[in-house]
Amino acid sequence: MRVALFITCFNDTLFPATGQAVVRVLERLGHEVVFPPDQTCCGQMHFNTGYQRECVPLVRSFVDTFADADVVVAPSASCVGMVRDFHSRVAEVSGDRGLAAAVAGTVPRVHEFTEFLVDIAGVTDVGAYFPHRVTYHPTCHGLRLLKLGDRPRALLRAVEGIELVDLPGATECCGFGGTFAVKNSDVSVAMGTDKVARVLSTGAEVLTAADNSCLMHVGGLLSRSKSKVRVMHLAEILAGERA
Amino acid sequence: MTAREEILGRIRSALSTVDKAEIVVSRDYQQAIEGDLVGLFAERVADYRAAVVRTTADTVPEAIAEQLAHFGIGSVVTPADLPADWVPQAVTDAPPLDVPALDAADGVVTACAVGIAETGTIVLDAGPGQSRRALTLVPDFHLCVVRTDQIVGTVPEAIARLDGTRPLTWISGPSATSDIELNRVEGVHGPRTLVVLIVG
Amino acid sequence: MTGTWLGMPPFPVAAREALGNEQLRTNLRKATGTIRGKRAAVVDERADWEALRVAGKEIKDRTLHNLDTYLEQLERKVTESGGVVHWARDAAEANRIVIDLVRAAEADEVVKVKSMATQEIELNEALAEAGIAAYETDLAELIVQLGHDRPSHILVPAIHRNRSEIRDIFLREMPGVTAALTDDPAELAAAARAHLRRKFLTAKVAVSGANFAVADSGTLVVVESEGNGRMCLTLPEVLISVVGIEKLVPTWQDLEVMLQLLPRSSTGERMNPYTSTWTGVTPGDGPQEFHLILLDNGRTGALADDIGRQALRCIRCSACLNVCPVYERTGGHAYGSVYPGPIGAILTPQLRGVTADEVSPTLPFASTLCGACYEVCPVLIDIPQALVHLRAKAVDAKRGKPSAERTAMRVAQWVFGSSRRLRLAQRLVSIGGRVLGRRGRIGRLPGPFKGWSGARDTATPPRQTFRTWWESR
Repeated sequence: MRVALFITCFNDTLFPATGQAVVRVLERLGHEVVFPPDQTCCGQMHFNTGYQRECVPLVRSFVDTFADADVVVAPSASCVGMVRDFHSRVAEVSGDRGLAAAVAGTVPRVHEFTEFLVDIAGVTDVGAYFPHRVTYHPTCHGLRLLKLGDRPRALLRAVEGIELVDLPGATECCGFGGTFAVKNSDVSVAMGTDKVARVLSTGAEVLTAADNSCLMHVGGLLSRSKSKVRVMHLAEILAGERA
Repeated sequence: MTAREEILGRIRSALSTVDKAEIVVSRDYQQAIEGDLVGLFAERVADYRAAVVRTTADTVPEAIAEQLAHFGIGSVVTPADLPADWVPQAVTDAPPLDVPALDAADGVVTACAVGIAETGTIVLDAGPGQSRRALTLVPDFHLCVVRTDQIVGTVPEAIARLDGTRPLTWISGPSATSDIELNRVEGVHGPRTLVVLIVG
Repeated sequence: MTGTWLGMPPFPVAAREALGNEQLRTNLRKATGTIRGKRAAVVDERADWEALRVAGKEIKDRTLHNLDTYLEQLERKVTESGGVVHWARDAAEANRIVIDLVRAAEADEVVKVKSMATQEIELNEALAEAGIAAYETDLAELIVQLGHDRPSHILVPAIHRNRSEIRDIFLREMPGVTAALTDDPAELAAAARAHLRRKFLTAKVAVSGANFAVADSGTLVVVESEGNGRMCLTLPEVLISVVGIEKLVPTWQDLEVMLQLLPRSSTGERMNPYTSTWTGVTPGDGPQEFHLILLDNGRTGALADDIGRQALRCIRCSACLNVCPVYERTGGHAYGSVYPGPIGAILTPQLRGVTADEVSPTLPFASTLCGACYEVCPVLIDIPQALVHLRAKAVDAKRGKPSAERTAMRVAQWVFGSSRRLRLAQRLVSIGGRVLGRRGRIGRLPGPFKGWSGARDTATPPRQTFRTWWESR
């Protein structure tokens, strides 16, 4: 399958290793990956912070960039949630009917990485090897907007050598929340600190998720507390191979 | 402009772009349940820590007397139209007793209109054997007689049987509160003891 | 809204203070944990729960879309059954009507059933100013009133208090209580019973709200647990009910849905201990004078907003508060309103106006948009959607005034406007990040980055972005 990668601005700038891992997994499974170079941002930060008007050109650029793609894959549950649930609202706010039609045409072709693997590619065993104790945090947008359900865990369970342990209170938000982390930093940190305590209680070496934004928040707290627990996007675990 | 006209005007202008076509409510939820409704009713009432007792139609007075003795209830008030042999010693609510008289009584014995198995609820509608609302409220002990043919399975079945324009009291267990640390504690202002006597 | 909640600070400020209160967080964690478990158990036993939620949503939407018709129908039915209907545009008008009615009954005190509407309009304060004493009879409301405190939860206004704090309040404020009182909840409840009993048996006027008002029968419904509601609705001569105009349901049959959704969602019970319904006046049974005050107080403003309108479906169950990770940590006072938690964050700014005061514009931002609230809402209010919508309203209301945030958002929009500009910005981020970083980590930073970096490290940005890596493959 020819897969257009939407890397997301956040991963592009700060977490290129996640994108590289996605490419490795998809190519290992025999898919052709293309990277439309005009892509920038889905507009989530603007939309969720109340700057809906500012979001309109970003949505327009997104649908233009991926107009010809058969299938678009992004390693971010929250960015895919933005595209799927809110690009239509942005189009509505813009009053541009052409944009609304373009959004309606694009949205069904956009998939989060684990969704693509399980639902479209039809695999759970991607041939990965990762001999570590891992715990998985289902991020809120993956859990409640995309309803990823068991897909990420099914993919992780099939990894050779992995020891997957349950995270207590897994479905509770980590406290990131985009600009919430700055606007309400005290509450954000309080929530994140509780999440960290639960992560530590599992004895895991690695905390993983389908969103680097939440991992950056929890990982930042872990790092500040001098913890040895690493945070890693799920794609990077699925990309793992025997040396 | 009166407040009434102004509020209705605000509503009409707020809804000027809304489709006024009546929304049809989908009622795909459970309407009725099958099985041992009486057994379920007894189990669910007992879940609220009410006392549940079963008896037959010809032994109602004895069963009531036994419960009153068990809970140490001396003075009893009853609706005027309760079968006279159920609580022969009772003071009836005709002419209507005043509040101090109700407060002085140890307990009240009544019938009911409907029982709901799924939720363990009894409903009083001020109909036969129930009198007015104050009677079952002020005394600290309430014994309610429920005939098995009054027990329905679900809330929708109960709603269908009841007349909305009568004053209704739905009772699910004794008075309770969850206001302290969200733990349920039985017994605040309503009757602290509820006995449900199932007949049939 | 008036007096009590005036001058509340923005949410982040109030939240920071609340977070410093260890006792509060312990009390809240325990209470919300308990209720979450109970709710989940009684919801799970209903295979048709989703169908009930859909019906609940449709019933309330049907009400709202034809609200004028249903209000007129309700008014007609209540009047035909011997009640008197009043209309109040705002809090001041509603309070004045109540005061006039109490005075006409020649009473100088009233007993009250817990009611969000009368808290919203701050009726107790208005009555006190008019020389009328109001006695709250719900246990939690009594705890709040005796503690000279503010409610912090919709269902359990004293949720922020634990048993030993409640005992202290009773010892201090309740006449006749002695040091022998323990903190056993049953004993505390018994003390409240003794304290209020005489009031119930002698009060001439009662004031209530209503959970539902049925348009086609003219019936009002109060759902409660303790029996204080029954006392107030049955024994006094005069009953005054203050009811928000959104509390209607069209038909008697609709109650079969609401009376299943509400108790399971609020106290986590199959059915609450007591539900009372009454229609106007019943000769020889209950109050012989009944007044219904229909309250707007900002509701028609919310009704005019096609997304915000859904907040008016709310049946005040408080399930959203109990699952909200923000509420669990800050408690209700930080929301600066009688409506705290997720529903408060969308209801308060709509009832008051999004720029009405310091706290209102900050409320839609008091959420991570995690969606736990929407997952439990019995009438399917998409709270995250409404939050984001109200954020846009808050932002739009301040357009034209300079703000560092808007400048940053404009710059970001410009950067994201083309991949060439994004590339440039990425290079700056990479260089800047590596200048600030030490051993691969960026620690505490000053200025606009303080909020983020105060407690969290950030990995230094990589030398190569994904797109430069891709091009070099």
